[in-house]
This record gives sequence, structure tokens and C-alpha cells, in this order.
Amino acid sequence: MSAAYIALKRQQRPSVAPRIWIPLSVLLGALAVAPLFGLPIFIQGLVIEILTFSLLALSLNILLGYTGLVSFGHAAFFAISGYAVAAVATHYTPDILVTLPVAILSAALCALPLGWLSIRLSGFYFLMITFAFAQMVFVAAFRWKWLTGGSDGMLVSGPTLFGTPVLQSREQFYFFALALFVICTVALYCIVTSSFGRTLIGIRENTLRMRALGYNVRRYKLAAFVIAATFGGVAGAANALFNLFIAPESAHWTQSAMVLVMVLIGGASYFVGPIVGTTVVLLLQHWLSSHTEYWGLVLGILFIALITGAREGISGLVMNLTGWLRGSARS
Amino acid sequence: MTAVIARGVSKSFGGYTALKNVNLTVEPGERRAIIGPNGAGKTTLFSMIAGQRAPTSGAIQINGVDTTGKRPDQIWRIGLSRTFQRNQLFQQLTVWENVELACAANSGRMFARRALDLEVASILDQVNLLDAGDERVANIAYGAQRQLELGLALAGRPKILLLDEPTAGMSPSETAFMLRMMQGLPRDITILIVEHDMDVVFSLADRVMVLNLGEVLADGTVAEIQANRQVSDVYMGKAP
Repeated sequence: MSAAYIALKRQQRPSVAPRIWIPLSVLLGALAVAPLFGLPIFIQGLVIEILTFSLLALSLNILLGYTGLVSFGHAAFFAISGYAVAAVATHYTPDILVTLPVAILSAALCALPLGWLSIRLSGFYFLMITFAFAQMVFVAAFRWKWLTGGSDGMLVSGPTLFGTPVLQSREQFYFFALALFVICTVALYCIVTSSFGRTLIGIRENTLRMRALGYNVRRYKLAAFVIAATFGGVAGAANALFNLFIAPESAHWTQSAMVLVMVLIGGASYFVGPIVGTTVVLLLQHWLSSHTEYWGLVLGILFIALITGAREGISGLVMNLTGWLRGSARS
Repeated sequence: MTAVIARGVSKSFGGYTALKNVNLTVEPGERRAIIGPNGAGKTTLFSMIAGQRAPTSGAIQINGVDTTGKRPDQIWRIGLSRTFQRNQLFQQLTVWENVELACAANSGRMFARRALDLEVASILDQVNLLDAGDERVANIAYGAQRQLELGLALAGRPKILLLDEPTAGMSPSETAFMLRMMQGLPRDITILIVEHDMDVVFSLADRVMVLNLGEVLADGTVAEIQANRQVSDVYMGKAP
């Protein structure tokens, strides 16, 4: 068996990377220059929202799509991070070099004990325990008035950088959100394509076998849980800084459910699936809610249609379609 | 050092006793078959040795280390690897990626890229799947999946190998091929094999242990077991 043969075998292994990155970079590049050509403020706000929630959905997909763990409490870390931004900005300093790291660290640190307990369970029981933990966070946000302001929520003071107010205009925040999104997406992509990511996929495919192959599965699941919460925390911090407000609703189970729906609509088995899903859901929501208050009904029907008709979500449909077009073009 | 020692191992599931006071000693390099009718407790014994289940009572030692109640990944680190009666593969990944995952657990992922590729290729070569590397496991034939099942267990370069019915569901020609593959394994690997095909058992094993209804019925060399009246009664039904 020659070295050349092995090299050939390696090259033959398909890489999905270029197919994803070319359209995604073009899109992000277009978004980066769009404000220079007068992208309306309203659209900028929508893009910021899509980027933030895309990041939340991408982080959830580390658990859902890659590790095969269905978490029903991912919004907890989104909210914890948001409250951490608000609390630090109120009581200490609104400097984003402090608020942002503290917020992300809070989400990660809370994920350690919660994940440690949750990953002992699997399947339906994992879903229920993550749901329960998220509800505890929601109740805490509601009840601990001294820390969270209770049902009134909390205002976030305008961010500063070394004492100078920053991210004051919508356009500044737009570039900030875009940069944050690009950095985190590249980081997440590196994680899922690393040997660590392949280990997570192995756990998703066959946990029994991974254990028999010498993998400490619980340690990997916990790592995945904490990583997902950390990036969920980045999204939560960005969201709080954008709205300059945080309320208990951000930890509510409907928020966790919405992120799950976004991932599933986009396609959990594709890296870009959560981005696609978030974009579709939020665009639908904005467009339909100006026409009818029953926009949730349309979203529900779309969800049912995709879940029953296309298990791999919109990304799966697109991939099948392009594969089919290529196939028919060749013949 | 003795490869595997089981002392007074029992396993109950609720009120049902799957194994009763089983004693087993396997010397390094030995090839030991464990046979017995369905429900005799063969797979349960394997699961306790490899760590998937903890014994209700009794103790297990592997390479001199007490592994009673240890996790499968800890036992794997001592140098014990197993295959499963029903294939436990990564269906959505390619054959190459399957073996790569199995090899990567070794040496804490510090394998250099090239060394890992060489290792994967050598394992695939060993189980005759080098040309199927790019196929998704879900798309390859059952016999090839069975070969991959063995390949995954070999990937850790184990000192002790537990093979749970490696030829189950195979055609005669596939069985013959699998047997040659197992016979070709290095002699210093200790092998425990659960198998129903007596041709495979008698041409591979040095010693045979017979389990029946959770208890050891007989334990001896191949010749002793072949001559054992009790064993043939259990397998063929009592002669009048």
C-alpha cells in the first residue's frame, strides 16, 4: 500500500467547505458594503436581528445537529448573558471590553453545572431536564427583582469603550454585529470540522460504539454543551446591547422552542442550516405580521410541511434540488 | 500476567438471573471460544468484561487491573476492544471516517495527520476494505459491514479482542473469508469469541467454555469439549 495511494484516497474524500463558503462570503461581503449604498435603517435593524439569532441557532446546532442532543432550554444561556451585560453595565461599568467577556463567561460557567447534570440523561429526558433548567432561569429572572428588575426587565446603559460611548448609531452596531457574527461563525465552523467535531458526530451516530472505542462520551457531551452555551451567550450579549433592554421573556420556553424551530426549518444536518432557518423565520415574521396577526399560523404550516416532507429542512431541499439539476444537466 | 480473570461473576436483571457464579481465566495469547444455546448468557458475559454492564456480584480483572464496574472507555484504555453481535457502526459516515474515528481515540488525538492516515489505511487493508473507503457505511453490503465491525475493534491495536458472533448472518463464503481474517490476526492478541458456527469455533479456538442457562457447563480444550457427553446433550438434545 503506497503513500501515493493513501494521498489519493484522502483527496477523494469530498469536502463541503467551498460550496458553503462561496455563497456565504458573497452574501456577508454584500452586507458589509450595503450601508455605504444607503441600506435603510429599518433593514439594518432586521439584519442585526437575523445575525444575532442566527448565531444563537448555530450554537444550538452544536448540540442538536452535531451531538444529537435536543436541548429545549437553550434560551436560558441567551438570557443569562443578556442579564449579565445589564447587571455589569448598571453596577460596574458599561465598557464593552468588560460587559461582553463577563456575559459570555457567565453563560459558560452556568452551563458547566447544568450541563454536568443534563448530559447524564439522554433523548426525551435530556430534553425535559434542559426545559426544566430554562424555566428555573425564567422564574429567577422574574422573581429576583433586586438583580433582574423582575417583570419590568432591565435597561442596559449605552456601551462605552475606554470611557467613550460606542455603538451609538444603528450603523455602528450593524458593523459590530456583522463582525461578531463572522468571527463566531468561523470559530464554530473550525470546531465542527476539527477532530473534536468529528467525535461529536460519532457520538450522534453511535454512542455505544464511541464508548467501546475508548471515548469518554460524557466529557465530550459536556464540552459540547458548554461551547453551545458560550456562543449562545455571545448572541445573548449582542441582543442585550442592541435592544439596550433585557426581560424575562428572553429565557421563556417559547424562545427556546423558536430557536429549535429555526434550526429544524433550516436543516440541522447542514452547517448553514440554522442561518437559513433563522433568516426565513424572521423575514416571514416581519413580512407577515404587517399583513396579518396570524403569522404564527403560516409559520406553523411551513414547519409541519417541512418536518413531514423534508426532514433535512430547507437546506436539504436546496441541496437535493441542485444535485438533481446537476444530474439532469450532465445527462 | 493473566489476560482476563472473572471470579464468581453473576448478573441479574430484576428477578431473572442471566449469569450465575461464572469463573473464567484466559491466558495471554489464548484463543478462547464461548459457546452455548441462545440465552445462555454469552453476550452478557462479554458486556461485563468490556464494561457495558456492571456485574451484580463477582470481580473482573483485565491484564492484572481490577475493572469491575469500570466504564467501557477506561477498559478500552487497558487494551481491550470488542465487536458487537449486531453491527454498531457510524451509518452516515464513510468507511474511512469510521476507522478514522476508531483510530483517533488512540493517543489522545495527537496522531499527526499522515500517521493517522497510514494507520487507517493499514486497518482497512487488514479487513480488506481499502477500496471501499469512500462508501457510506449505509450503502455497503452486510458482509462488508461485518468486516468493518472487526476493523473498528482492531483500530485501537488491542491486546485482548472480544468477538461477539463475528460470522452471524454471513453466507458460507463470507464466513470462510472472515475465518481466514481472524486466523491471520497476530498470535499475541488474546481472543475471546462467541460463535454458533462450530467449524469456526473448532478451527480457531484453543479452548472452549460452554455456558448453559447462565452457568458454566464445561471448560476445556477443543478435543475435551468435542468428547463431552453433557455438551452434546445440550446442543443435540438428550440421546435416549
